[in-house]
Amino acid sequence: MKTNDLIRLLEEDAPAGMSLGRRITLALLAGVVVAALLLIVTVGLRHNLASVFETARVIFKVGETLLLAILASALVYRIGKPDLPARTRALMLLVPLGLLVAAVVTELALLPPADWVSSWRGQHAAFCVFFIPVLALAPLAAFLAALKAGAPENPALAGAAAGLAAGAIAAAVYAWHCPDDSPLFVATWYVIAIGIVTAAGGLIGRRSLAW
Amino acid sequence: MASEADWADWMRRAVGGDAEAYHRFLHAVTPRLRAMARRRCDQFGAPPSEAEDVVQEVLLAIHLKRGTWDPARPIGPWLSTIVRNKMIDSLRRRGRRVDIPIDDVVEWLPAEAQADGSERVDAERLLARLKDPQRDIVRSISVEGAGVRETAERLKMSEGAVRVALHRALKSLAAFYRRDRHEDE
Repeated sequence: MKTNDLIRLLEEDAPAGMSLGRRITLALLAGVVVAALLLIVTVGLRHNLASVFETARVIFKVGETLLLAILASALVYRIGKPDLPARTRALMLLVPLGLLVAAVVTELALLPPADWVSSWRGQHAAFCVFFIPVLALAPLAAFLAALKAGAPENPALAGAAAGLAAGAIAAAVYAWHCPDDSPLFVATWYVIAIGIVTAAGGLIGRRSLAW
Repeated sequence: MASEADWADWMRRAVGGDAEAYHRFLHAVTPRLRAMARRRCDQFGAPPSEAEDVVQEVLLAIHLKRGTWDPARPIGPWLSTIVRNKMIDSLRRRGRRVDIPIDDVVEWLPAEAQADGSERVDAERLLARLKDPQRDIVRSISVEGAGVRETAERLKMSEGAVRVALHRALKSLAAFYRRDRHEDE
């Protein structure tokens, strides 16, 4: 096949479909809706949600996961575009990390050392580490599908960004059920759960997002 | 000599469905890609046919990834990044070491008209791997120069089905290129 023949093929191919940005927006919406519905029809919202919502620990847990979900999703929008640097958005992830460290330090200062272990262990650590990745399945699949239309410089990193965003969305959804509020709990079990999803995204992306 | 603004304008119209503008864009980009690829291959003592395979692989990537370009932004940086990534990729897979940075496509000086006279090795072999009816459709449009409608009539398919099959065929070709050398290693 001569190059001019190939060009003829490209010209006859239909115009480019949806833009990458719109694909990611759809993936984000679909992922959030499916994860939220899955939580509601399985374990449900926390029964005493209204009464606990004023406490600083709950506000931190919900706010922290939401902030991470927003910043990681912003990175996903950027990472599939070859002409736009993703570095600034990646560095923004240090903000929730810093907040988490500050919260842990504050918690250790407030809690008597005798309560540290019970707060860290919580009531449902194993379920948390299991269920956040389950909730992340839909957003991860949707992000990876959308990013297949992208042209990431490093496919594994792009997959990991998708995993981080999906894990953070799942964590932000799970926070509405989770009865364990200590930052010690969040900094351990939430981080492990999100880490699992991030690693899975990186492994899948390495192959599936190559172009 | 077309400027970067011309390229952006053509691509913008192409994304909106203007086939004539897309034709201009592709025919403006190809000679530069060819000059870049040939210079690389000359360094390795590789034959011009190999450079042409690289050109085709890069063109395919530009085509399949054009949705990642934001029409509100300049086209130069986008095009250069796609070309650089794909060209390095393609040369490496052919066992060519790439240790010199790849040039900026837009700044690359106009290439003297170099005809594509050499026979493709890779493209032919990869085309043969396509399944029916994709292979027939690709042959009909590329080699025989038929349009989508004519191809649909000839193969007794709907135009929509031909379009879908053509798009899948292009994606498959890109995937074949990607996997080709890995399997040999």
